[in-house]
Amino acid sequence: MVTAVTNLGRSGVYDWLIQRVTAVVLTLYTFFIVGFILSNSPLDYATWEELFSQFWVRIFSLLALVSLAAHAWIGLWVVLTDYVTTLTMGSKGTAIRLFLQVVLGVVTVAYTVWGIEILWGL
Amino acid sequence: MLKVEVYRYNPDTDSKPSMKSYDLDTQGKDLMVLDVLEMLKDEDPSLTYRRSCREGVCGSDGMNINGKNGLACITPLSECVKGNKLVLRPLPGLPVIRDLIVDMSIFYAQYAKVEPYLQNNTPAPAIERLQSPEDRAKLDGLYECILCACCSTSCPSFWWNPEKFIGPAGLLQAYRFLADSRDTAENERLAKMDDPFSVFRCHGIQNCVAVCPKGLNPTRAIGHIRNMLLQRAT
Repeated sequence: MVTAVTNLGRSGVYDWLIQRVTAVVLTLYTFFIVGFILSNSPLDYATWEELFSQFWVRIFSLLALVSLAAHAWIGLWVVLTDYVTTLTMGSKGTAIRLFLQVVLGVVTVAYTVWGIEILWGL
Repeated sequence: MLKVEVYRYNPDTDSKPSMKSYDLDTQGKDLMVLDVLEMLKDEDPSLTYRRSCREGVCGSDGMNINGKNGLACITPLSECVKGNKLVLRPLPGLPVIRDLIVDMSIFYAQYAKVEPYLQNNTPAPAIERLQSPEDRAKLDGLYECILCACCSTSCPSFWWNPEKFIGPAGLLQAYRFLADSRDTAENERLAKMDDPFSVFRCHGIQNCVAVCPKGLNPTRAIGHIRNMLLQRAT
């Protein structure tokens, strides 16, 4: 058993499952939004505003936003632990990786909170 | 004349590795890569590599042949040579001891981690533990591994995390014991692999499947382990 404390779920299966479920949510949301834009072109503000005034669209959008945050965290955590390590960068590897993980975490939380503000702060 | 380039490194005399070129007359024969190495060694006795059975059973002469890992003894020139040039390098990702010889300690450490032996906590029967032909068949495609390390050293996940990711060879053996009807340690075995590295660093790119000289499929075995972990956790 390899210990890891900076990944999303502390467990390999958990991260793996979350990665797959969020991918499905993001796929559905992408089809939904792209489909809406294509079927309502040219798109004006009123149509867009009406779409997001519906409760379920905001729930769906929030779900997609949270999925994106989790998906990005898991994916980029894997990238960082592959390429930014003591093996690839020498003794400073761990410090650089930890710094990047903190930056990634701050950005992820900030975007998520900002997204909630945009969706629900109307 | 076949142009052969071989990775040479002697830590006692060289400050860094280099490629050495040889011209070899194969007399038009479709030799095995190991035959080529033997002929070169006659010419240049300092050339160093591992070999033993010369028939793909011992797994000693795994090396990188024209960019693809394989066993020198069972790889014919017709299969690997393009443009009359043969480039031989040690297995990638492991420390080089000398020329084509790599230090396989980390590879064996990962193999040891999966406890590759039967564990059974029920009382031993008088003669032997029996297994039905159907249960025995589940081990086909798993037990044949000869630990040549061609798969694990072709896997980028193993290159980046050789101490944390078990690697295709180790995981194939992990599943070989998980799938064995005579083994009772399934839960303990799985508990040791439920972290983000040991199994889940596999992203299924199947380099291991492409290079295995025995035609085995570690990616499929890893998929079975993942399903078992998922079943256990949900």
